[in-house]
Amino acid sequence: MAESMALDRPAATGAPMLAVQGLEAWYGESHILHGVGLEIRQGEVVTLLGRNGAGKTTTLRAIMGLTGRRAGSVRFEGRELIAARPDQIARQGIAYCPEERGIFASLDVTENLMLPPVIAPGGLSLDEIYTLFPNLKERARSQGTKLSGGEQQMLAIARILRTGARLLLLDEPSEGLAPVIVQQIGAMIREIKQRGFTVLLVEQNFRFAQTVADRHYVMEHGQVVDMVENGELAASMDRLHEYLGV
Amino acid sequence: MEDLLFELQLAMPQVILGVINGAFYALLSLGLAVIFGMLNVINFAHGAQFMMGAFVAWMLLAFLGIGYWPALILAPLIVGLVGVLMERLMISRLYKLDHLYGLLLTFGCALVIEGLFRNNFGSSGQRYTPPREFQALNLEIGDFFLPGYRVWVLIAATAVCLATWLVIEKTKIGSYLRAATERPQLVQAFGINVPLMMTLTYGAGVALAAFAGVLAAPIYSVHPAMGANFIITVFAVVVIGGMGSIAGSIVTGFLLGFLQGVTEVVYPPFSQTVVFVIMAIVLLTRPAGLFGRA
Repeated sequence: MAESMALDRPAATGAPMLAVQGLEAWYGESHILHGVGLEIRQGEVVTLLGRNGAGKTTTLRAIMGLTGRRAGSVRFEGRELIAARPDQIARQGIAYCPEERGIFASLDVTENLMLPPVIAPGGLSLDEIYTLFPNLKERARSQGTKLSGGEQQMLAIARILRTGARLLLLDEPSEGLAPVIVQQIGAMIREIKQRGFTVLLVEQNFRFAQTVADRHYVMEHGQVVDMVENGELAASMDRLHEYLGV
Repeated sequence: MEDLLFELQLAMPQVILGVINGAFYALLSLGLAVIFGMLNVINFAHGAQFMMGAFVAWMLLAFLGIGYWPALILAPLIVGLVGVLMERLMISRLYKLDHLYGLLLTFGCALVIEGLFRNNFGSSGQRYTPPREFQALNLEIGDFFLPGYRVWVLIAATAVCLATWLVIEKTKIGSYLRAATERPQLVQAFGINVPLMMTLTYGAGVALAAFAGVLAAPIYSVHPAMGANFIITVFAVVVIGGMGSIAGSIVTGFLLGFLQGVTEVVYPPFSQTVVFVIMAIVLLTRPAGLFGRA
């Protein structure tokens, strides 16, 4: 069902940038993903919605090759990546920002920012990053984990904007942040979309998702069960409420 | 006043000797800390790899006529390469398991390596004479005499410790290493080949042990158990400094060597035990070690 739905979409502009088909993933003995299918076209912002434990985070990690075992197909810009290591996947142009943000305590802010190697031209320059995130410049010498939650989130996203990665996987960037910071994060996602980045966003908060995304996939029990265009969101509220239990 | 000066003069050689031992503790525990931080493996083969460094230097001289200076570079490279093979063929298979398995494996490797050397070279020591030019460094202050080679050991060990610390704390490569110590998966997801980094880190840690071995060759006789004698104290140093702390292992190494030297003056029978008493106190009061993060 999941795959056919993704394929039913009227093809907007040529082949999708990322095509995930029948993706299965395991953590140890537990089988978490049961045939996830989704597609993202160049320049889109797409969210994964779903309840806790639906497999949203695991989907991002499985695309990145970070689950222990995975099967199915992950094609990025036409190349099959299912057998590749995480570092090889990253070098194709995919960057990952984990839910816990992954700021390194033993590195200062600048070291955290400069850590991911540049893998292709087209990333933001340091000046552009400091324009987008002035706080990071002010606190350049602070220990990474001494930043506030919002600043850490900014740092976690800023450092993958530098690398030239074209597809960003963001896991719940709004989680646990004050409303005013969530608004800033939203503005930033719209800004990076403007600059041509493609984003796959995991969100629990679909009110936030609605302000940034073009389309929404809904996940349940390790599968994609529905897809809603952002424009149809209002008309689909009942369905979504049922999926998300909100 | 004069009595005190006299006492100090008597004490000096022991204290200096302690500090030189401390230099070896620092070099060895530094390698252990680097390996533990990155690989989460307690490298029990470290003493055997130290001994291999000394033996390779001796063999280079005895069989190939290659002298001390080239050996100081070559022996760590050769032994480091052996380390790389050990990591690729054996240790890397254990990362998914508990620390304990890595410790058991490397302990087994240490026994095998020592056995092989004992079998081939016997357990009596081989002499390794340092080049004559070190006599220029001989230090004489009044009655106090310090052979030039020991002065060199202090300089070389301090320099290598400092250089290693600088590389880890102040360079890009070092930031990869520190980051991968915290979150290896995420660092790999940034496009860095972490498995390769782990292999090279193990090789570098082993090379540090071998470098210490070459430095030690002219001081202690070169024999299969020379590492085993050292390594027990070195593990105590690592525990006191804090597992995985780079600066901590260096400072603690020198400090405990110094303390052993002082104890040798004040109450000699206690000098071999003092490190372990401190270890017990540190474990009871600060289990993460003096410089470790809890």
